[in-house]
Amino acid sequence: MLKRLRENKSAQGTLLIVPTLIFMIGMLIIPLLLTLVVSFGQRGADGGVIYTFSLNNYIRLVGFTTDCPPGVKTCFTSLYMEILWRSLVLGFNTTVLDILLAFPLAYFIARAHPRWRNTLMFLVLVPMWTNFVIRVYAWMMILREQGVINSLLGWFAGLVHVPFKPLGMIYTPGAVLVGMIYEFLPFMILPIYTSLEKIDNSLYEAAADLGASPFRTFLRVTLPLSMPGVVAGTILVFVPVMGTFIVSDLLGGSQVILIGNLIENQFLSARDPAFGSAVSLVLMALTIIVTYFYTRKFGFGEEIVA
Amino acid sequence: MSEFAIELRDVVKNFITPEGNELAAVNHVTMQIKNGEFFSMLGSSGCGKTTTLRMIAGFEWPTEGEVYIEGDAQGHKPPFLRPVNTVFQSYALFQHMTVFQNVAFGLEMEGASKDDIKKRVGESLEMVQLTGMDRRYPKQLSGGQQQRVALARSLVKRPKVLLLDEPLGALDLKLRKEMQLELKSLQKEVGITFVYVTHDQGEALTMSDRIAVMSHGKVLQMGLAVEIYERPVNRFVADFIGESNFMDGKVKSVKKDQAVVYVAVWEQELTGVITSKVNVGDEVAVSIRPEKIRLSEQAEPQVNGVEGVVVDSVYIGSDTHLYLDVRGKRIKVWEQNRVSTLDLRAYYQNGQKVRLNLMPENTLVLPKD
Repeated sequence: MLKRLRENKSAQGTLLIVPTLIFMIGMLIIPLLLTLVVSFGQRGADGGVIYTFSLNNYIRLVGFTTDCPPGVKTCFTSLYMEILWRSLVLGFNTTVLDILLAFPLAYFIARAHPRWRNTLMFLVLVPMWTNFVIRVYAWMMILREQGVINSLLGWFAGLVHVPFKPLGMIYTPGAVLVGMIYEFLPFMILPIYTSLEKIDNSLYEAAADLGASPFRTFLRVTLPLSMPGVVAGTILVFVPVMGTFIVSDLLGGSQVILIGNLIENQFLSARDPAFGSAVSLVLMALTIIVTYFYTRKFGFGEEIVA
Repeated sequence: MSEFAIELRDVVKNFITPEGNELAAVNHVTMQIKNGEFFSMLGSSGCGKTTTLRMIAGFEWPTEGEVYIEGDAQGHKPPFLRPVNTVFQSYALFQHMTVFQNVAFGLEMEGASKDDIKKRVGESLEMVQLTGMDRRYPKQLSGGQQQRVALARSLVKRPKVLLLDEPLGALDLKLRKEMQLELKSLQKEVGITFVYVTHDQGEALTMSDRIAVMSHGKVLQMGLAVEIYERPVNRFVADFIGESNFMDGKVKSVKKDQAVVYVAVWEQELTGVITSKVNVGDEVAVSIRPEKIRLSEQAEPQVNGVEGVVVDSVYIGSDTHLYLDVRGKRIKVWEQNRVSTLDLRAYYQNGQKVRLNLMPENTLVLPKD
């Protein structure tokens, strides 16, 4: 048995994936199947689940509900669709703004002297050593009514004798957007930096030599060659933004409910795991669909730079 | 129009080393490259040849001095405003573009029309024998083909001067030899001035009309291939180009273009041609190329005659390389095998005593640097 294994390279390869396979089956496939089963069930007493097969949870998510004014049997509410749409828009906005912020920085680092590059990348990554939640709390300290920004503005207003009313920045969609952009920025910088850094200096020189101004060199050479990084960064940012609930919880309060918050609510306060499971699966499907069409349009980029 | 395609006047390029010292990569270089010429800059790595080329291209700007292209001072003009194009050692092809797009890139930047681009790219690819490859990506081509794409991409712009930075360095020997001849004939065909950078002296001799031999940022000698090989100006050039035997000596007398030198190891005087100015009493090197030494078995007295013993011989087909011991000094002699025979007595044997005739017209008296 062992002797045969020693000779069989492909069997060795198969054996190497076994630990991961077991882990993935136990921690991903089975829970997913359970979620699917639960999502067809009904809310039971005390947060339990009554196992049936009904699509009620999905119908409810689309907006049809039996919880209506007296005399009406079914009615429609756009509440959940609004939450889905809000999450999609936030995911889109965060990703686009992260690209716009990350690209110049990544470009700057990639073109910096090699001696400085590692230090600069290190600085980009340092905030990630702090806990995710603590970083969101830091933004609360900055944005809240008696926070850093308002204190500074108030102090300045006092200096010039202008009446000052603290700005209401926290618990707004803008605060959530800022928090999301900040939390996921390094995930955009890293892959863009990696693909920019791979571009050989002689390509820039060749473009200039052939008559391209720096701007046209950027459009025709730098940008296309960095697309793999932008695509990777987009996936790394968009997917988690769609599912995170901490940022909107802490910076959005009850004002900004995202899919993540909806799911969290169903499992915790509403004690309706069946509906929560259905929302989770819809979120997953939504993310997969968006990513699929996105990568079909722009590719994973491996055909551009290998 | 200027007589010279390229002119460098007293050009200096200083770099700051990582230790913070100033280093002259190019040190007061003056050269004139004629229109339509195949000009090579030859030297070992770090001699300043690539930096000189990059200053012509505009990737670097001179610290002092001026680069002229067709008589126009270039100053701090960026590369995209200069009428020259470069073929890079690494080819620097755009991996995300097809062969066609790569070659068309320079024309698009000029704002050429679609039809014009199509026509000229087609011609250019035909010139480098890549017709039919236009839809491939660089990754799908061999090293030699990528080299040709790089060439076509630069030539399609019809530059006044084509700059080539060791373009054949990454190719294997056989392909390199082929491409050398091809490049040379291509240059004749298009009539563009080529400025070629190489560390390979064989390559420079094969292809160039004129060669500049460089070392430590300076041009040591500039001239025709035959001048560089037959009349090197000093010991370094003679050593760098081809093979030579060197004997240290002291100048005894100078008469017109010849000098008599006392060679201490042989306790004998040798006469040779002088290529640059030497004075009586100077420490010099007497140099003679291995193929220019005549061997004979009879002991007839001659002007520059010495006696030696064959220590080693290597038969390499066209020649036999002999290594002789001449009174404690090892001397290389290349003997052409002019007779076709299997009779080993026709060849020099180890231990055989021979007389070497270093004819004064074949012997050079060179300054040491």
